[in-house]
Amino acid sequence: MSVKVKIPTQLRANSGGEGEVVVEGAVVSEVLDALFAVHEELRERICDEDGGLRRFVNVYVGGEDIRFEQGLDTPVPAGGEVQILPAVAGGR
Amino acid sequence: MPATALKCRECSTEYALEARFVCEKCFGPLEVKYDYSALAGDPAGIRRRIQAGPQNIWRYHDFLPLEGGSPGPSTRGASRAGLPAGCTPLMRADRLAAELGLKEVWVKNDAANPTHSFKDRVVSVATHRARELGFDTLACASTGNLANAVAAQASAFGMRSYVFIPSDLEEQKILATGVYGTNVVAVKGNYDDVNRLCTELSGEREGWAFVNVNMRPYYAEGSKTLAYEISEQLGFRTPDRIVSPIASGSLFTKIAKGFQEWIDLGITEGTLPKMNGAQATGCSPVATAYANGHDVCRPVKPDTIAKSLAIGNPADGPYALELARRSGGGIDMVTDDEIREGISLLARTTGVFTETAGGVTTAVLKKLAERGEIDPEERVVIVITGEGLKTLDAVRDSFTTHTIEPNYDAFEAEFAVAGSR
Repeated sequence: MSVKVKIPTQLRANSGGEGEVVVEGAVVSEVLDALFAVHEELRERICDEDGGLRRFVNVYVGGEDIRFEQGLDTPVPAGGEVQILPAVAGGR
Repeated sequence: MPATALKCRECSTEYALEARFVCEKCFGPLEVKYDYSALAGDPAGIRRRIQAGPQNIWRYHDFLPLEGGSPGPSTRGASRAGLPAGCTPLMRADRLAAELGLKEVWVKNDAANPTHSFKDRVVSVATHRARELGFDTLACASTGNLANAVAAQASAFGMRSYVFIPSDLEEQKILATGVYGTNVVAVKGNYDDVNRLCTELSGEREGWAFVNVNMRPYYAEGSKTLAYEISEQLGFRTPDRIVSPIASGSLFTKIAKGFQEWIDLGITEGTLPKMNGAQATGCSPVATAYANGHDVCRPVKPDTIAKSLAIGNPADGPYALELARRSGGGIDMVTDDEIREGISLLARTTGVFTETAGGVTTAVLKKLAERGEIDPEERVVIVITGEGLKTLDAVRDSFTTHTIEPNYDAFEAEFAVAGSR
């Protein structure tokens, strides 16, 4: 099942300049593993040593923060979109 | 300028002073780093220079991240450099203090800024830095106050602007933004949805300065001027305690940074105030983490009348938690009813009409007083960040209007009954 992963500008140096990568996966962790299989350098940018998300990384499935869903186990529908963004923005 | 680099708060990687806000190594937030060694050793000289400066935040330009220093001779009334912010009143609130059983309470009324909130401070700094970096368009993700400030500042400079707001925002804030001739973009979602969209857009739109995204490190520094002003207005002394609202946690932590810089340079007497943060129960990720002893915040879906504080995923939450604990302060939350009572309490005892965020702050002051956490000898400053006219719904039906026929007898009859002749 193909899923589109959107890469933020800050990480594109680690994705060969690509802003979108299409990979296979049914839940977020599978999608990320498939992404890392293509661009290994992204792994340490996005995940901590324990394999969890870094504190300042947000991941959205269909626009919804996966922390409100089932975290890395959140299902991703076929043809869905996984978006990675830095958490540090905003201020009233 | 004393600013030397942008530095990651997490892993200390340094970057040039460009339009960037997040560390490429660890995604941590970037903060402006300074070298104040040229200012060391002459606090009296610095104080004199500040006092001879303009009646706006640029009197503190030595501590702000602009290459050009103070942007030209301006006064509060006449500016050659955009819309000047700051130099708002600090007023002693003896009646408020008496009602709460406290001795000395001061109200820093930042509703007295050009667009009626503290956002004019941060937008001033972000805009001047954006112009130094060559940007021609201003933008922001906003819950309203920031939209007002960005739209107005852009108009003052003749810059294009785009403001992104949640579509359910209070009408007053939308009207007070559109009037400046900006592009108002109402996003069908909450603030965190708006923020996500703007974070994505800021990576794709070159030439756009999103004041609270890619310009965030500079923007955040503007909040330090609240601390500088409070200190200066108290005769270059720090207060014992600050009560301030928390949304992203940026204002709260930068106020402390401002005091600490001046303490380190000997410009102000005293020590770091106890820092008390204020959140609404309906959006309390930082207060909840504080109560539970956590050092990171779990994001929430906001549901509160304090929309200007409704950030469910606060970027500076971990730093706000650390600061509250280190300074001996705390972080409390109050319900929507307590917020309405807070607005009323401040208005009744000081003559200052604040928006819901100020109601949150005042209600937390009351809560601290009732819990006996504030020593009666303390000098407390509450930071009122915005104007009551922007959130009129919060006070609707909170009092009775006496409607009478236009004659003397009708008036006498009404008030004889009320017994308040």
